[in-house]
Amino acid sequence: MSPAAKSPPAPLEAGRASSGRYSGWRLFLEGLTGQRGWSRAWAKAAPRPRYRVVIVGGGGHGLATAYYLAAEYGIRDVAVLERGPIGLGNVGRNTTIIRSNYFHPENIRFYEFSLKLWETLEQRLNFNAMVSQRGTLNLFHTEAQRDLFTRRANMMRLHGVDAEALGREEVKELVPLVDLDNGRYPVLGGFLQRRGGTVRHDAVAWGYARAASEAGADIIEHCEVTGIRREGARVSGVETTRGAIGAEIVCLAVAGHSSRLAAMVGLQLPIESHVLQAFVSEPLKPVLDVVLTYGAGHFYVSQSDKGGLVFGGAIDGYNSYGQRGTLPMAEEVAASAVTLLPGLARVRVLRQWGGVMDMSMDGSPIISKTPLEGLILNGGWCYGGFKAIPAGGLTTAHLIARDEPHPFASHLDLRRFAAGRTVDERGTGPFPYAH
Amino acid sequence: MLRIPCPWCGERDETEFRYRGDASRERPAGDAGLTAFTTYVYARENRCGWHLEWWLHVGGCRRLLKVLRHTLSHEIRAVGGPGDSLG
Repeated sequence: MSPAAKSPPAPLEAGRASSGRYSGWRLFLEGLTGQRGWSRAWAKAAPRPRYRVVIVGGGGHGLATAYYLAAEYGIRDVAVLERGPIGLGNVGRNTTIIRSNYFHPENIRFYEFSLKLWETLEQRLNFNAMVSQRGTLNLFHTEAQRDLFTRRANMMRLHGVDAEALGREEVKELVPLVDLDNGRYPVLGGFLQRRGGTVRHDAVAWGYARAASEAGADIIEHCEVTGIRREGARVSGVETTRGAIGAEIVCLAVAGHSSRLAAMVGLQLPIESHVLQAFVSEPLKPVLDVVLTYGAGHFYVSQSDKGGLVFGGAIDGYNSYGQRGTLPMAEEVAASAVTLLPGLARVRVLRQWGGVMDMSMDGSPIISKTPLEGLILNGGWCYGGFKAIPAGGLTTAHLIARDEPHPFASHLDLRRFAAGRTVDERGTGPFPYAH
Repeated sequence: MLRIPCPWCGERDETEFRYRGDASRERPAGDAGLTAFTTYVYARENRCGWHLEWWLHVGGCRRLLKVLRHTLSHEIRAVGGPGDSLG
C-alpha cells in the first residue's frame, strides 16, 4: 500500500468544509504530491439545537433544496437530516435518465426548466456529474401510438422544446441493435429528444451535498426523524435519533416515505408507496448511445460509461416499502428487452435492486405547503424524481424562502386534488400507478 | 413472488391476480360533502405494516379477494371474501 493510501483524509476545520475548487489543473498538482491534499467533499456536521429550516431527507431533492436555499435565496441556517449515509436512497437507485418530453404545458415548463438547470449544473456546482445529452428515443409500434406521440411532440415544440420524429430507417441507423420487425410489435418509428440523456446519479448527490455544505448548510447523516413537533397550528421542529431540533420551517423530501412522515402529524396524503426495480448488465463494449424506450411495454435502457446496460420497467404493482423487487416484474422487463433487442439475449444481469416510490394519485409530484403551517412537502415523484432534482430543489427553496410557490411549480400544490385541478399527464384518472 | 391462498382456488402465484388497492376505505354517503369524497378518492393511509387490500383473481375464479398483507415483509396473514372482516 502506498503512503498516500494510508494517510487519513485531512481534518476539517470546525464550521464549513473547504474541499477547494476542483479542476484539471488541481488534479495535476495533487498528482505531483501523491494526491494527499484532498479533504472531505462536505462537512460531517453534528446537529445544532435550532435551525431556521430543517430539511428531512438527504436525497437529491433535499440536498438540492438546501443548496438553492443558500445559493439563490441567501438562507444558510439550514440542516439536511439523512437517516443513513448520503446517496444510498432513491438518488442512487434510479436509472439516471433526464428528459423533458411531457405533454401538459405546465409539466413541459417545469421539466424543461429542470433540463436547462442540468445543462449548466456542473459549472455551477464545480462537480463533474457526467451530464451526457445523448438523446432519449421513444419508439412507437402502432398508428395510434404515432398519433399520441406526435401530439406530445407538437406540444413540446409549441413550447420551444426540441422533439424530432424519426422513421424506421433513422431509428435503425441510430440504434442498430433494435429489431424493427420483431414478431410481436414491429417498430414504426420513434421520437427523439436530443437534449435528453443521462447523468451520473451518485455525483448529483455528492455535488449538491458539497455545494450546499460549502454555502453554509449542515449535512447531518445518520440522523433519523422520529417525530414532528408542533405548537398549535404551526410546526416547531423535529424529534430525531440525535435529539430534538427546533425549526421555523420543516421540509419533507423523503419520497417513498412521505406518507409515514406526514402521518406523524396526522396527515394523509394522496400517495401510495410502491417498489420499482432497476437492473444493470455485465459491462459491454459500446452498443447503445441513446436512452431507448420501448413503446409496447414498459422498458427503458441506456448504457453507462462503464459499459453496463442500465434498464428498468414498471413498478411491481402493489403497495410495498421493501427495497427489493419480485421476479415476475424482472421476467417481464427481461422479456421486453429481448423482444426489442434480441442481440442482447445472452447478456447477463449483474445487479438488480429496488427503490420505494411515492406514487401520487395523478402521477404528478407535490411541491406544496400543507395544512400544518411551516411544514413543506416535496414528494409524490412517482418514478420521475431524478430528472426533476434541480427544478424540484429550486422551486422548493423558492416556496420556503418566499412563502409562495415558484411560477413553474404552482400547479403541484397539494390542494389540487380537492379542487379538481389534478395534473393527469397520462389521462387515466385517480390511480397511483402512472409513470 | 407472492403466493396468495385464494379461498376458492387454493394457493396461487401473484401473476394470476390483479391488485386493486386499499380495501379499508369506505364510500361515504352521497351527501357527505366534498372533503369526505376527496379523502375517499385520493387520500391513502399507505401504511408500512399490515395492509388490507383488494386482489382480483382474474386468472382463476375471477372473484374479488380481501387480503391482509404486510407491506414490508410481504407476509400474507389472512384472505377472505369482500364481506369478511379480517382485522
